[in-house]
Amino acid sequence: MIADVIVSNLPAFLVAVPLLAAFLCPLVGRISPNIRAAWVFAAMALTAAIAYCLAYLVYTGGTVIYVFGATAADLSIPLDSGGIPIRIMFTVDPMSALMEIIAVTVGLGVIIYSLSSDERRSGLENYYTIFLLLISAVLGMVSTGDIFNFFVFLEISSLATAGLVAYRVEKGLAVEAGLKYLMVSTIAGIFFLFAIGILYGQYNALNMAIIAERIQWTPLDKIALVLIVASLAAKCGSVPMHFWTPDAYMMAPAAVTAMLVVASQASLYGLFRFVFTVYGVSLNYVTMGWVVIILGILSMVVGVTMAIPQKDIKRLMAYHAVSQTGYMLLGVGVGLAVLGDQFLLNSYGYTAMEGGIFHIMNHALYKGLLFLTAGAIIYRIGTGDLNRMGGLGHKMKFTMVFFIIGALAIAGIPPFNGFASKFLIYESVYQFNPILAVIAMVVSILTLASFVKVFHAVFMGPPREEHAQVREVPLPMLGAMAFLAILVIVSGLFPGIFVTNLIEPAVHALTDQAGYMTIVLGGG
Amino acid sequence: MSKIVRFCADMLYPAIVIFGLYVIMHGHITPGGGFQGGAVVATAAALIIVAYSYEEIQGMLSKFLLQIQESAGLVMFAGVALIAIGLGTTFFYNYLANSGLLFGMSVPFGPNPGELNTGGFLPLMNIAVGIEVWGGLAIVILYLLSGIPKEGT
Amino acid sequence: MLWNLPYIVVVLLAIIGLATILLKRNLIKIFLGVSILTSAVNLFIIVLGYRENSIAPIYTYAPSLNMALPTPQALCLTSIVIGVATSALMLSFAVIIHRYYGTVNVDEIRELKE
Repeated sequence: MIADVIVSNLPAFLVAVPLLAAFLCPLVGRISPNIRAAWVFAAMALTAAIAYCLAYLVYTGGTVIYVFGATAADLSIPLDSGGIPIRIMFTVDPMSALMEIIAVTVGLGVIIYSLSSDERRSGLENYYTIFLLLISAVLGMVSTGDIFNFFVFLEISSLATAGLVAYRVEKGLAVEAGLKYLMVSTIAGIFFLFAIGILYGQYNALNMAIIAERIQWTPLDKIALVLIVASLAAKCGSVPMHFWTPDAYMMAPAAVTAMLVVASQASLYGLFRFVFTVYGVSLNYVTMGWVVIILGILSMVVGVTMAIPQKDIKRLMAYHAVSQTGYMLLGVGVGLAVLGDQFLLNSYGYTAMEGGIFHIMNHALYKGLLFLTAGAIIYRIGTGDLNRMGGLGHKMKFTMVFFIIGALAIAGIPPFNGFASKFLIYESVYQFNPILAVIAMVVSILTLASFVKVFHAVFMGPPREEHAQVREVPLPMLGAMAFLAILVIVSGLFPGIFVTNLIEPAVHALTDQAGYMTIVLGGG
Repeated sequence: MSKIVRFCADMLYPAIVIFGLYVIMHGHITPGGGFQGGAVVATAAALIIVAYSYEEIQGMLSKFLLQIQESAGLVMFAGVALIAIGLGTTFFYNYLANSGLLFGMSVPFGPNPGELNTGGFLPLMNIAVGIEVWGGLAIVILYLLSGIPKEGT
Repeated sequence: MLWNLPYIVVVLLAIIGLATILLKRNLIKIFLGVSILTSAVNLFIIVLGYRENSIAPIYTYAPSLNMALPTPQALCLTSIVIGVATSALMLSFAVIIHRYYGTVNVDEIRELKE
């Protein structure tokens, strides 16, 4: 009985648990720091458990919908509503479930890491409040089926991210980075709200499914699409709106940076959700696909060329994050460009999208791992300047191993997971347009070159005198890195299991606009 | 500030607080609600901070108390919504409406001055939001004005 | 023509806000521009819900006329609340930046260039 109630209310708990834990965090933190750490970890573990249960439900039983404020969770169309969904609704399909798995997995690792690395910092009670708020905002963004609700969670995540980036003032530098991020995301949010207004004014609805059913592809819809794509591309850090990325990623604490990767991917998810589910085949998919592909190619090339001359380890990794976002946009863009053509979609479109979506998962894992290793290095030697590092391989052996795993994965070397997803992208994009595949491979080689340079600068060479006191980082930090590293290796060694069980249902859920509408509108 | 300003601020403070509480309490039948009322109450805090100075105000407004208020409001908001799950319905289901219990009267038909005892759990939500916004905005104002140097320095 | 007046005001406000953000160099003025842009979008949403000769959406004993849509008003309120939080955060950033850099001119807040 109680189990039934919990299972049927999982989507609500998914957002409510981290939210409640966040609000209680300042009060619990007054008792003692250890109890606060236990509280934060317990909240995160509970959220992760809820997300895994929900994902299991979705992958075995199909899309789960949850209607807030109704008498029953799946009552999407109340009897007196005139046949349209009027309440706020969570629609968790396999794509959302995949994003939830990614968010809570990285979030769990990051929380373990952060509880150890930030232990001696001040102001922690509010820090973890904002952290849990960010996690619940990300989970809300990927679950919701209502465009205004998506905007609200988007704004919560912007505010929480800006607060976290600026949290360690660092002589004003972190605040400058946070301010840049806040300006970009606020203006993006305002334009997103304009787009919502345009869609609402025309179709008199805020539910994604009902807008998808009524959408006409009028000139106003085109304006709304441009606003949505521009604002969400700015939020996920794609070129040409990428300038906040290096600053914010560099100045934020390492744990926050790893979480920022996930938060930007939630915006990326929003972009895909709007293009595929709300607009679907009604839009001019060839043009739109090419727009996404060009955004992706620009991000890849600009990101990696800007990364090579960087002197700061986290800034360098931030440019690589821009570059890797390009792969996801490229893979999904190719799928979008052939969306209306079932034959091409079957022959390579689905594969390209699987590559792109698998890359989202892999990127969150190995990029999170890399940022955590960078944070571990900064934690011990106190600077991120590559010129002041060297010979750390003697002292920090485990960190070095984790860095190697992450670096090989991001460069796409088998048997790590970066190779698995990049290979899917290469082989499918080659059939679409060989030049794009060649660019993708060149970018991959440049990534490898860049990370070989970083590896040499940080870990190789004789030990330096000023690093004589440097030791390996504490055990919880190593544990968090090992957790992500194991996932990187496992998903690299057995990519087939992940692609068949997790990625394929997600891709088919994303492209199946009619199925999405049937589940929301057909039930009731 | 001068004595006149301080005296007026002292006089206005309870009036503003009571007006804000009125807006919170009548949120479900008149324009306004939790956020608006909470913002009105927070302006009372802003008024006395402006009339006095940040140093003098610290004894009057406790940051810790305001923080507890903020958390309590949010927890009450989520808690009231969570009770609905315990009753076998979904998160945010309005279980008090038309139930005959607290705020559970059905809305009277026809033109009427507004019945306070209606609205289900909406008044509870308004109170929760009001408490939270009161605490939250007062803290924001307090922190923002803490950077201002004292008069004459 | 008169019917479209609110939309013209929306566009004007949006242009004023964007111009302020892009042309002014003072952080506080840029924040004012963001606030004007937010007001523009709030007005846009409110105007969407208006019907000619409509009455307030209160259902008991209402005369049979068009009712103004309540949903855009709720959306607008939410957006105002978010705007308050955003401007509070932006202003506190400005306070901290002024404390460390001694200026609010965006041309001089450039410590993060590599």
